[in-house]
Amino acid sequence: MAKRFQPGIVSANDLLSGAVIYLAKDGTWVSSMAKAEFITDEARAAARLTLAEGQPEIAVGPYLAPADDTDAGPVPNHFRESFRAQGPSAPARKSWGQAHA
Amino acid sequence: MLDAQENPTRSYLDRRVAEFRSQVQRRIDGALTEDEFRPFRLMNGLYLQLHAYMLRVAIPYGTLNADQLDVLAEVSERWDRGYGHFTTRQNIQYNWPKLPDVPDMLARLADVNLHAIQTSGNTIRNVTSDPLAGAHADELMDPRPVAELIRIWSTDHPEFQFLGRKFKIAVTGSPSDRAVTKAHDLGVRIVTRNGETGYQILVGGGLGRTPVVGKVIREFLPKADLLPYLEAVLSVYNLAGRRDNKYKARIKITVNEMGLEAFSARVDEAFTRIRPAFSGADQTLLEELQSAFAPPVLPPRDTGGFDAARRADPGFASWSDVNLRDHFADGYAIAMISLKPHGGVPGDASAGQMRAVAQLARDFGHDEIRVTQEQNLVLPHVAKADLPALYARLKAQGLATANVGLASDIIACPGMDYCALATARSIPVAQQIAETLADHEIEVGEMAIKISGCINACGHHHIGDIGILGLDRAGVENYQITLGGDAGTDMRIGEKTGRGFSYDEVAGAVERLIHAYLDLRDEGERFRETLARTGAEPFKAALYEEDTAHAA
Ligand code: SF4
Repeated sequence: MAKRFQPGIVSANDLLSGAVIYLAKDGTWVSSMAKAEFITDEARAAARLTLAEGQPEIAVGPYLAPADDTDAGPVPNHFRESFRAQGPSAPARKSWGQAHA
Repeated sequence: MLDAQENPTRSYLDRRVAEFRSQVQRRIDGALTEDEFRPFRLMNGLYLQLHAYMLRVAIPYGTLNADQLDVLAEVSERWDRGYGHFTTRQNIQYNWPKLPDVPDMLARLADVNLHAIQTSGNTIRNVTSDPLAGAHADELMDPRPVAELIRIWSTDHPEFQFLGRKFKIAVTGSPSDRAVTKAHDLGVRIVTRNGETGYQILVGGGLGRTPVVGKVIREFLPKADLLPYLEAVLSVYNLAGRRDNKYKARIKITVNEMGLEAFSARVDEAFTRIRPAFSGADQTLLEELQSAFAPPVLPPRDTGGFDAARRADPGFASWSDVNLRDHFADGYAIAMISLKPHGGVPGDASAGQMRAVAQLARDFGHDEIRVTQEQNLVLPHVAKADLPALYARLKAQGLATANVGLASDIIACPGMDYCALATARSIPVAQQIAETLADHEIEVGEMAIKISGCINACGHHHIGDIGILGLDRAGVENYQITLGGDAGTDMRIGEKTGRGFSYDEVAGAVERLIHAYLDLRDEGERFRETLARTGAEPFKAALYEEDTAHAA
């Protein structure tokens, strides 16, 4: 039985950096979930996934992640996506790693 | 393979780096799809995690010299975020490499004979060993020459590159098993019988979704039979192991389904076939390795300064009480360096700290550093006379936490802060618990708390006195507690207590367990001994006291 469709966003990891990226309405990839396209119907979701899968030189492992829509844009509705959006909740000691962060 | 003099040779490593460099380039150019590229990157220890790539570098049997540790530091600064994470399998992980940089990282690591080969994929993984090998007073024989022999034999072994599943081997030479051999697909324990040295072989141990304690398949294997016997075990597993279901593909399932006796009979058959191919070259090599691993010359040193410093400085006294282990040589000690500052990330070390430890190894430690399964570092050969100076320099680097083996020396896997497979966070749970327990951990004494962020059990939660497993329960992090695990010679799997705890409750729950232990224990009793005497009930009562209070 097919899983019930849930509204959400298309996310992936950036090929070069591995960073979390989201598919925006204009077909570009953005790093902020709030700027991602919120997808509400199944046909659109399939089309956007197909578009994402056609860009393997940018996006690794695109998938549809369930999300909620708010005035400020889409927000995660599961903690895994929240952590993906925020980065590690326990950053290494503060003095470390500012150089490349 | 066995004909290599120095293995892996520089030319072999160079070839592997060049190969990977071209694969990365082809992936970036679009000539390779991700599906085609993934196996190549995994063969080179490169994973894609939640927020970034992760490069896992093997530290064979946990032994490093100062130059190698310096290069680990340099790699973290040039191509990552200035720190590395030491894992429970004697590896180091870089959490933020960029794909185009990875070939350069590997090339730099190859300069000091380090690499990421067979740190991933269904092969024989990094061979692990006792981190106190060649130094501890209770050791029968240094296990590292044997570990190295196995590593040489297994690296790039043509038959064993595509096993049904990954295969982990550990070797110990001490009766107090510090290599957790019973939690490995195959464990080797050096033993003696009637004055002859040989090996006890364990098979089918492992943690993960189905934790199993390794079983003895051979009580005593003569020395010269080791490699042919291992080859026999691997070949039986390779043929009989299941390939239809990833979760049933480890050798522990093969052994359980076939039964130890039948499995062992098939190994014996294979052994008879394989044995003649080993003409003794491996034994010559082992002898060479044994001299290469000979202990450093340790001249007698006066310990008066050490005793005086202990009297003068309570901080040093407490550190030396907790973080030193017995060395075989008089006047020497094994110095454990905690990577578990209270509230820090377990197992993380900054580039500056790695460099400082490398320099300490040069100045005081005969150029040797070890990495432990508990995610700490070790200087295995330090004269007691040098310990006060060592301590002062560790302190300046934030590396003098006196907690090795205590409650805040928590093993925690990366969990959902980094790991793509995680079902919950581990690191912040460890931080909360460490901070909660820091004040009374000396009173509590030896205590192993271990946390995994999913059922794969990289944090060894099954074998902690207190084990914590983070799960996703209906979209909320939930932590299941197990009690009474033991990572020692008689490894034991802990037992589940009852309902899990939320992220906010779990540190408090562990604190209640610790208080219950303090109330219940007889003098000198370890947690697991108290638990064995009282049973789990009083501990469960402490854990779930609020439930019963509400019910009342
Ligand atoms: S136990 Fe799970 S969450 Fe933790 S490192 Fe292993 S796979 Fe990742």
